[in-house]
Amino acid sequence: MPKSFLIDTSRCTACRGCQIACKEWHELPANKTKQRGSHQNPPDLNPFNYKLVRFSESLENGKISWYFFPDQCRHCIEPPCKGEAEGYLEGAIIKDDKTGAVLFTELTAKLSPENCEAVRAACPYDIPRRNEQTGLLTKCTMCIDRVSNGMLPACVKVCPTGAMNFGERADMLELAQKRLAEAKKTFPKATLADADNVSTIYLLIDEPKKYQPHAVAGLSGDLSRKQFLARIFGPLKRPLQRTASV
Amino acid sequence: MTNHWIDIKNADAILIMGSNAAEHHPISFKWVLDAKSRGAVVMHVDPKFSRTSARSNFHVPLRSGTDIAFLGGMINHIIENKKYFEEYLVNYTNASFLVGDAFGFEEGLFTGYDPKTRKYDQTKWAFQLDENKIPKKDPSLGNPRCVFQLMKKHYSRYTPDKVSNITGVSQENLLKVYEAYAATGAPNKAGTILYALGWTHHTVGVQNIRSAAILQFLLGNIGIAGGGINALRGEPNVQGSTDHTLLYHLVPGYMAMPVADWQTLADYHKANTPVSNDPQSANWWQNKPKYFNSLLKAWFGENATKENDFGYGMLPKVEKGEDYSYLFLFDRMYRGELKGGFIFGLNPTNSVPNSNKVRKALDNLDWLVTVDVHNTETTDNWHRPGIDPKTIKTEVFLLPSAHRLEKDGTVTNSGRWQTWHNAAVKPPGDARTFGDMVVDLMNLVRKKYEKQPGTYADPILKIDWPAKYDAEEMAKRINGFFTVDIKVADKEYKKGQLVPSFAVLADDGSTSSLNWLYTGSYTEAEGNKSKRRDPTQTPMQAKIGLYPNWAWCWPVNRRILYNRASVNLDGQPYNPDKTVIQWQDGKWVGDVPDGGWPPLATGKGKSPFIMTVHGFGQLYGPGRMEGPFPEHYEPVETPVKNHPFSKQLRNPCYKSVSSDMDILAAPGDPKYPIVLTTYSVTEHWCGGGETRNLPNLLEAEPQLYVEMSPELAKEKGIKNGDGVIVESARGKVEAIAMVTVRMRPLKIQGKIIHEIGMPFCFGWTTPGCGDSTNRLTPSVGDPNTSIPEYKACLVNIKKADKLTEIS
Repeated sequence: MPKSFLIDTSRCTACRGCQIACKEWHELPANKTKQRGSHQNPPDLNPFNYKLVRFSESLENGKISWYFFPDQCRHCIEPPCKGEAEGYLEGAIIKDDKTGAVLFTELTAKLSPENCEAVRAACPYDIPRRNEQTGLLTKCTMCIDRVSNGMLPACVKVCPTGAMNFGERADMLELAQKRLAEAKKTFPKATLADADNVSTIYLLIDEPKKYQPHAVAGLSGDLSRKQFLARIFGPLKRPLQRTASV
Repeated sequence: MTNHWIDIKNADAILIMGSNAAEHHPISFKWVLDAKSRGAVVMHVDPKFSRTSARSNFHVPLRSGTDIAFLGGMINHIIENKKYFEEYLVNYTNASFLVGDAFGFEEGLFTGYDPKTRKYDQTKWAFQLDENKIPKKDPSLGNPRCVFQLMKKHYSRYTPDKVSNITGVSQENLLKVYEAYAATGAPNKAGTILYALGWTHHTVGVQNIRSAAILQFLLGNIGIAGGGINALRGEPNVQGSTDHTLLYHLVPGYMAMPVADWQTLADYHKANTPVSNDPQSANWWQNKPKYFNSLLKAWFGENATKENDFGYGMLPKVEKGEDYSYLFLFDRMYRGELKGGFIFGLNPTNSVPNSNKVRKALDNLDWLVTVDVHNTETTDNWHRPGIDPKTIKTEVFLLPSAHRLEKDGTVTNSGRWQTWHNAAVKPPGDARTFGDMVVDLMNLVRKKYEKQPGTYADPILKIDWPAKYDAEEMAKRINGFFTVDIKVADKEYKKGQLVPSFAVLADDGSTSSLNWLYTGSYTEAEGNKSKRRDPTQTPMQAKIGLYPNWAWCWPVNRRILYNRASVNLDGQPYNPDKTVIQWQDGKWVGDVPDGGWPPLATGKGKSPFIMTVHGFGQLYGPGRMEGPFPEHYEPVETPVKNHPFSKQLRNPCYKSVSSDMDILAAPGDPKYPIVLTTYSVTEHWCGGGETRNLPNLLEAEPQLYVEMSPELAKEKGIKNGDGVIVESARGKVEAIAMVTVRMRPLKIQGKIIHEIGMPFCFGWTTPGCGDSTNRLTPSVGDPNTSIPEYKACLVNIKKADKLTEIS
């Protein structure tokens, strides 16, 4: 049964427990960061941060808004990164049938920098990052090792407020609808971001662009939503059913 | 907390003020958001729009140090609009008490003030007593000398225009909060107030909290589910360490530290045991001699006998009126009056105000033992920038201590739940727990005294001291033992068996306990109750998430304090949907009641506020240093020269020290026109001495910053991310500018006042991250607690040409 995350930003307090837990579980080294006038640190996803809480603030008509976006791989139902990578090297990016996890394997190190860049460009959410030292492409693993052993992903386990949720996709979709209905009472613009296409579903309480340029597919203009969907449902360069069991 | 974390979900209105709950107590928001999704309104009143504000229904910015004006305005609003819960007010609070003729209030001062000593003669504030020495009452609340009428008059001065004028909160925003919160005055509605250091870190800290208590009494919000006064205590076991007395003026269990005036045990008890002649008052502290004598028995064991006052004479006694809190301690050290000492798990060169002075003060010591997990600015003070260690005489020892995850023991959370934890791993190398170090050290001292007893070795040789530290054994000692074979009710106990409840502690030496509040936590019948992890509850308990079988909570596992104020005189709940306790078939069900007496209507009951002498909630609180009603006073360093409520600008009793380094800016000083507030961050722990050594946390929050409005930044020519210098009358600090719309300029007395905010978790031992923010803050404190005013002082800010502390 495929799994899904529900990330309810109406309950996120940006404590960044998820960001730190992800690093701890994956034993990723710390980056040397600087204060640049923002709480968002490191400034962006990188080979050592698969998960990053993005901060976005505004003052409109005297009202302050501060939005938090715990950014991570969406584990697309039909992952364009996988489609792209298969054009270069079979097995570099795989999708686990059981969980729906999209996984970057060690074979990604064999992709050329240009191919990696193409894979990166294929992602509508700007998620993959290449480790220049090892050549590996990196991102959220859905804590496949934990999940396969009946544990919650580290980021979900550590969340104190119920912003991070994980479980059977059907259950998460149901929870998402319930939370959405509740959120809409206070926030009429609340939406579920690309819920049909991804396994990491965000509940947003305002227009997606208020959160970050890649909150939903096609937002930033470098790839339109239409193109994205065409890519997903269009003819593929390689046979689709290439999965791995973990 | 009067209530507990889970109980926050039962609130209909949540006022978060003096706290950034989401950032500093992240778990609180699990329950705040639960309440919100059930329809509760969540309000955040704070100078800064924070992550707490982001998840609240609305945020209201106010100027630091004007909370009493804000709350006084709400008290006025509730009284004027009759939003109070009158039945509760009359039956359960001292609203009806008549105050003596000597009490008065004029121009910001209560009667009895002596400007020379800066102290009040509190006898002027006494109640009128009847022939039995019971306070006279007027339940109609009409008597002009009753507390309610005096309070009404006092706060009638706090009109919306005046409050708005001094706090910087628009009248519209004031009313928004006042109306939403006052709605909880309905008998079946609950409002909770969450506060933390944002209220205590002021020269009016205690009165900030008193104001909140008055609000909660007016609205009938104490004792009920979803109500209460809820101090969010810190992760470093602040609740537990306060209960066990890491404070100089107390001994464990909130009893007074002996002073030199009380030479005998009889003197001590006479001065500290309250008397009430009211048969309806439980006056629980009348039991104090039982708790104090049991404490002496726990300290001195067999050497505590009736004949020797249970060893009372061996206790050190402090000078009456002398202040031993750390503002004064470091002042004495600065003056060269201290030779040496121990610092356990504390980083005062970073976290005590005016830290430039603290750093110099430490230089005066001959010797110092520091005990910590990591090297900190304190352990390494003699290597600080600009100092040659060779020029400092101090001999410094650094003892490596075990981390809290490396030891067995308990933590008491804000809801008073005592929870056991097991050591996850053994401490590395020579690191040891504080318990091991203190027990072994004292045993070495005792050995030395046995050989050379000197003048008076009794206090050292006659204490009942363990050979080795053992957390489980200590938990038993805290609970207490019978010291003789005894029969209690129908049950026989042997000497050495655990005392089942503080109700059986005695003043005759037959029991011992290191802390009466925790008696009942470890019993013969149930063992160590802090280890309980049983989520079962009755359907009534489940409705409010009481979880009485999970861990153990003081006192006597009562989860909601003063819960007998949640029911009417017949013992029936004011809000049957969220029952805390209920009188059913001749007994109480639900939570453990505040005493098992039947409801008041039976004539055999007791008034619910059992810890007060008269049994009533104290709207009028005669015990505080600066008056029985909270009154607005400006912070000691204030940007204004006057305020609209009186000519008394600042707290007439605030505490301060006066060395050459304790310079204060004058009110409205044009050199320092900006208000600075300081705070913790989510990502670092307190002064950061531990967490700056955790690379992942340092990655998330790497360097000292100052949050400021775009308006102020523009005025000063500062851009987001620029290096800046913040300067007060005491010091300069480098920081990175975080220019943010989340800080708003405030209109005070018709002109714009800017406020900026800085965390205090960075220090020079972590290269390039910045250094102590507390080099800016002043050594002034609350007159009741001596807690320093970290939350409001005056500074200026400018763009830095170059940075040396941050790289």
